[in-house]
Amino acid sequence: MEESVPDRGQLIAESDYVVLKREEVYKAVQVQRRKKIIFEKQWIHLDNAIGKHYGTTFEITSGGNLEPKIKVVAATELKEAGADNRNIVDDGKSQKLTRDDIEALKEKGIKGQEIVQHLIENSTTFRDKTEFAQEKYIKKKKKKYDAAITIVKPSTRILSMMYYAREPGKICNLRYDTLAQLLTLGNIYAGSKVIVMETCAGLVLGSVMERMGGFGSVIQMYPGGGPVRAATDCFGFPKSFYKNLYEFPLSKVENLVSGTFSSQTLVSGIDDVPADEDSNGLASEKQDVEEESSSATEMETVTDTSTQNPPDLMESSSETTDNHQKGQKSEKKQLVVEKKRKQDERRKKESEAAVLLQHRNADGLIVASRFHPTPVVLSLLEFVAPSRPFVVYCQYKEPLLECYTKLREKGAVINLKLSETWLRNYQVLPNRSHPKLVMSGGGGYILHGITVVKEASKSKTSGQEKVDEPLAKKAKVEELES
Amino acid sequence: MSFAEYRELINDGDTAIVFLGHDSMFPITVQHGSQTQTKYGVIRHSTDLVGKKFGSKVTCSKGGWVYILHPTPELWTINLPHRTQILYSTDISIITMMLELKPGSVVCESGTGSGSLSHAIIRSVAPTGHLYTVEFHQQRAEKAMEEFRQHKVDHLVTVKNQDVCKNGFGVSHVADAVFLDIPSPWEAISHAKEALKHEGGRICSFSPCIEQVQRTCLALEEHGFTEVSTLEILLRVYDVRTVSLSVPDLGRPADNQTSSDVNEKSKQSPAPQQGTALFKSGVSPRETVGHTGYLTFATKSLF
Repeated sequence: MEESVPDRGQLIAESDYVVLKREEVYKAVQVQRRKKIIFEKQWIHLDNAIGKHYGTTFEITSGGNLEPKIKVVAATELKEAGADNRNIVDDGKSQKLTRDDIEALKEKGIKGQEIVQHLIENSTTFRDKTEFAQEKYIKKKKKKYDAAITIVKPSTRILSMMYYAREPGKICNLRYDTLAQLLTLGNIYAGSKVIVMETCAGLVLGSVMERMGGFGSVIQMYPGGGPVRAATDCFGFPKSFYKNLYEFPLSKVENLVSGTFSSQTLVSGIDDVPADEDSNGLASEKQDVEEESSSATEMETVTDTSTQNPPDLMESSSETTDNHQKGQKSEKKQLVVEKKRKQDERRKKESEAAVLLQHRNADGLIVASRFHPTPVVLSLLEFVAPSRPFVVYCQYKEPLLECYTKLREKGAVINLKLSETWLRNYQVLPNRSHPKLVMSGGGGYILHGITVVKEASKSKTSGQEKVDEPLAKKAKVEELES
Repeated sequence: MSFAEYRELINDGDTAIVFLGHDSMFPITVQHGSQTQTKYGVIRHSTDLVGKKFGSKVTCSKGGWVYILHPTPELWTINLPHRTQILYSTDISIITMMLELKPGSVVCESGTGSGSLSHAIIRSVAPTGHLYTVEFHQQRAEKAMEEFRQHKVDHLVTVKNQDVCKNGFGVSHVADAVFLDIPSPWEAISHAKEALKHEGGRICSFSPCIEQVQRTCLALEEHGFTEVSTLEILLRVYDVRTVSLSVPDLGRPADNQTSSDVNEKSKQSPAPQQGTALFKSGVSPRETVGHTGYLTFATKSLF
């Protein structure tokens, strides 16, 4: 508004990944012209949002078009108000407008704000309500008839709140405050080399990438045929962020640890099982078609999930599979060449990741998956340098109890802590402040600690308990625990 | 060593954390010729520390040993010399996420206090961001600057010794985020708005009392901030223990008493008087922190 000229990154552009916000409800979408999007039971087109600033609030007009909302100072004067509700009787007749009347108003295209005004005027009890009750009434009606959509830039804050509210199952019930703990306790920052093993739709990966700002490297360890990055895509990171993102299959970790990896990649990389991703139905559909067309050449399909899979929070039209089948031979050939290129690229990245891992000097490890954490952590800690934090998330406490014990047996870790956070939201209004709702239990648990130098002699006696405690200290500990 | 860059080896002049075990640790400054006393004996910096790897075990003169750790903002938080009440990592983590801090972010903070949050902010915004922190207590401001130099992050932070409620942050329209931990944050909201970029940004205020929160929320709304939300985060820690509960004698024959989940030891012992059942549990400590402060977040938007 003033003399400032916000940079172009602040303007909504076509193909941007954005988040729609209505009240406390979020939805991540990609901006595309002439594309219908359903949000909160309403069809909308985002065409008019292009070129507007992030943070702009829009009204939905006929045909689902957006129109920047002009902020109007509430004209409602709260003059008369009752003191209490002793004379208010619920006879169901306080509202003089009928359902049909309201529908008629809506059809006439009357602004939501005016409908709310009509409702107030036609409520016989409104004047008798207390000031607070009047406010509450207006707020409730506004929510229903005067809804506005704000378009915001994606961030870990917004996406983690969105996923926790909309699809907690896809992110192992990882509540956003717990994710915040993961990032802080893991000391995630620019320039470090971090190993991430997650099955949270790529949300944890995205949040780590955001904190690293394109500096340093991230190695994603994935189960199955490929990493899932639906949520990562929603962040809309610049391409440069992906340059230092590596991926490595969990199924080859054992080879890497035992030193039999390099031969494995050259010979049997082709034996890869095709991607098995339950959350990416679109991708596997597409893959099937590709497999058919390339069966003659016996090429293995490798899905590059980072580029092919649309974020699963968006309704994207599925590829028209007919085109592939009707395609010319030359097209097929091109497809094969393209696939070969992708496969080579992927293998190259995989061996690059292997080299990075083999240095065994990663600066941190983050685990947040639906798998049992113990074997994952015990294996992956091999690649972490001493004096580095590691953090393990699990939806349940019990596996982390076991993981704690196993880590103590194995040694080379100190300061192990098992914790959980509780989050409480507040309503703060003059004379009406109180906690909103308690969230607990559902946010998951965290085990974290610090790696230390492994001692050659001790590692053989790893079966013994508490190898990291000296005798003098051990006696003291037992005293404390008893 | 730097709080914003990992190093493998310990150098002269580094800050390091001596870990004695079981929540017992303290920070040291590594110096040639210097010595540190611990309950396990003395550590000689020149021979025991310089050139060693962070994370190494160091044997002290009495034969006991300690671990030497690389400093992180989280370790610093639990070991720093207190000059004020400080914010702990649980609150810091949600502040960092809700303020959307990342490399390149420009942040304003007041007061600096003991620098617990400052170190965490600097870590998160490095290497391209900056922290402007304001502390009205001269000695504290100077001490904080000295620590930032010592920790090799002084290029990422500017400390100003002034009253934020009267004089603001000393910068305008540069910040992506503002953090307030002062007794009367409502008096600093207009300055916070001035410090935030024209296109907007995020703000957080930390207050222990609900009355402070009330006034802050009113001030935020008056100044046109949106998305005002107040929350509280509590840390629950669990001790991992093996608990044994003895099985009472119900007058049954001994064989029936020992079920599958009963202690192996009692199976081995020839005549168990009474069975005990062993299980692993995460036990809550008897007392825990019930309240640190309310965190109020809001957004300044372009319009």
